[in-house]
Amino acid sequence: MKILNCPLNGPRNISEFVWGGEMKAMPDPATATDAQWTEYLFLEDNTAGEITEWWLHAPTNYWFIARRNTITDEILETMTYDAFLARQQANASGEAEPAAKPATGGTETGATSA
Amino acid sequence: MPFALLKYALSREHPDDPHFRWKPDLKKTYDVIIIGAGGHGLAAAYHLAKDHGITNIAVLEKGWLAGGNTARNTTIVRANYLTPEGVAFYKESVELFRTLSNELDINVMYSERGHFTLAHTDAAMRTARWRAEVNKHMGVNSEVIDAAEVKRICPTMNVTDEARYPVLGALYHPPGAIARHDAVAWGYAKEAMKRGVEVHTQTEVKKILIENGRAIGVETNRGVIHAAKVMQAVAGSSSHVARMAGLKLPIKTIPLQACVSEPVKPILDQIVVSGSLHVYISQSARGEMVMGGATDAYGLYSSRSTLDFKESLMGHMLELFPFMGELRILRQWAGMADMTPDFSPVMGLTPVENYYIDAGWGTWGFKATPVCGKRMAECVATGRQPDLLKPFALSRFNTFDLVGEKGAASVGH
Ligand SMILES: Cc1cc2nc3c(=O)[nH]c(=O)nc-3n(C[C@H](O)[C@H](O)[C@H](O)COP(=O)(O)OP(=O)(O)OC[C@H]3O[C@@H](n4cnc5c(N)ncnc54)[C@H](O)[C@@H]3O)c2cc1C
Repeated sequence: MKILNCPLNGPRNISEFVWGGEMKAMPDPATATDAQWTEYLFLEDNTAGEITEWWLHAPTNYWFIARRNTITDEILETMTYDAFLARQQANASGEAEPAAKPATGGTETGATSA
Repeated sequence: MPFALLKYALSREHPDDPHFRWKPDLKKTYDVIIIGAGGHGLAAAYHLAKDHGITNIAVLEKGWLAGGNTARNTTIVRANYLTPEGVAFYKESVELFRTLSNELDINVMYSERGHFTLAHTDAAMRTARWRAEVNKHMGVNSEVIDAAEVKRICPTMNVTDEARYPVLGALYHPPGAIARHDAVAWGYAKEAMKRGVEVHTQTEVKKILIENGRAIGVETNRGVIHAAKVMQAVAGSSSHVARMAGLKLPIKTIPLQACVSEPVKPILDQIVVSGSLHVYISQSARGEMVMGGATDAYGLYSSRSTLDFKESLMGHMLELFPFMGELRILRQWAGMADMTPDFSPVMGLTPVENYYIDAGWGTWGFKATPVCGKRMAECVATGRQPDLLKPFALSRFNTFDLVGEKGAASVGH
């Protein structure tokens, strides 16, 4: 079975996880227009290639972030949401890190099974 | 038909025309370009030619004729959906399927078997009751039956309470059918080509040409072609092609896997689906057990098969049909399903003028091939959204007016 590396629980069978879909920025519900809300709720990039996505480890109800290639089905890395935010901030302020390196410890590249 | 047979019998040569009248060269302009030569694109071309007299059509296909999800599906045809909009739409398709062999002059082996949606929980029984009432109201033959009646109709099924999830009852839909999927697509292709429609395989659309908010043609690996109208019917590639027209769709592409056993003598008449166990099965005319389940757990552009799929499928299958323990798997495969959030398709007009969409067919679009072809042709020919397609317009997501069919479409296909 394919293995996903949960930042909280370590490597686990992928059947323990629920896919949350490609990451999207949520517009402010108080000010968003109907069109923006429609886009957030329903419309998808549906990217063929590398994506950043949400996963839930169901037994512990723990949400985290993975990068995965949707053509080869390779899980490139997994990380906590905090680590993801920290990396985004670092990228925004110009001190870009090498993309393949996870931002915090214990979240090495998720392994794939044969 | 009988005359054709007589001609065959008396002739020394093969008196039939070749099935497909291929034209090797692309023209510079057409009245209509259809992207995707699956069942849906071909059926639309056929109806444009036959019902609307539009024959200057090119159907462009990046691979080979109907090699996408049309070639991969498990061919369940039924009308026992949940919403009145859905039932009305699929009902018309079932009616068209019944006469399709005559219409296309090819044997599509349409075989009405009866279709069970098994219920193993009270909640599933409630959904079955709901569907039966909507179906009957719309003139579709469906009823809720108990486990004893299930056993009487389908004696090979294990309905004892020794199973992990015993069968409590079922939604029974006698008209539920299977058909020969390739013949459906080939029939539409053959009859469309006979009327002048061109089908070009190995022709991939790379760009959609848009001028002042109107589609005016496409760019392919074989050059630029212009057209007054362009329609896409590309299933798993829907988001990719729509993006070329500047459209973002409510679609995730998720694999759906299936497999067949080695062929055996007829032992299972009906089509059996369990939404709770995520499995379904029917026996093909060749004797193979055709089996599948729900889509994979996450999105992917790949048609690989997994062991997890077969393990979870077989565990439940063995409880429902213990004799299956004797059978070996012969083939396995997958297709890329274009899944919408409400488990209903997206059909008709788009914000781009002269650009029409047929997408979001997910795991349930084979049964809709005839009605979709007929109504999409009407839409393209008239430039108006036909009444039957109104609930399924792309714009329903802007008005939060979804057509929730998950209760009838998630495993039943
Ligand atoms: C395993 C499986 C089981 C299923 N079981 C059922 C079932 O029991 N009942 C049911 O009703 N439905 C079922 N379905 C769903 C059904 O198969 C599809 O909804 C239906 O076949 C879609 O038909 P189509 O013509 O739209 O798409 P397709 O047959 O996929 O045709 C689309 C074509 O577009 C081509 N294309 C894509 N991009 C381009 C491009 N850029 N340029 C040119 N051509 C392009 C592709 O090569 C493809 O041939 C199943 C699907 C799968 C995968």
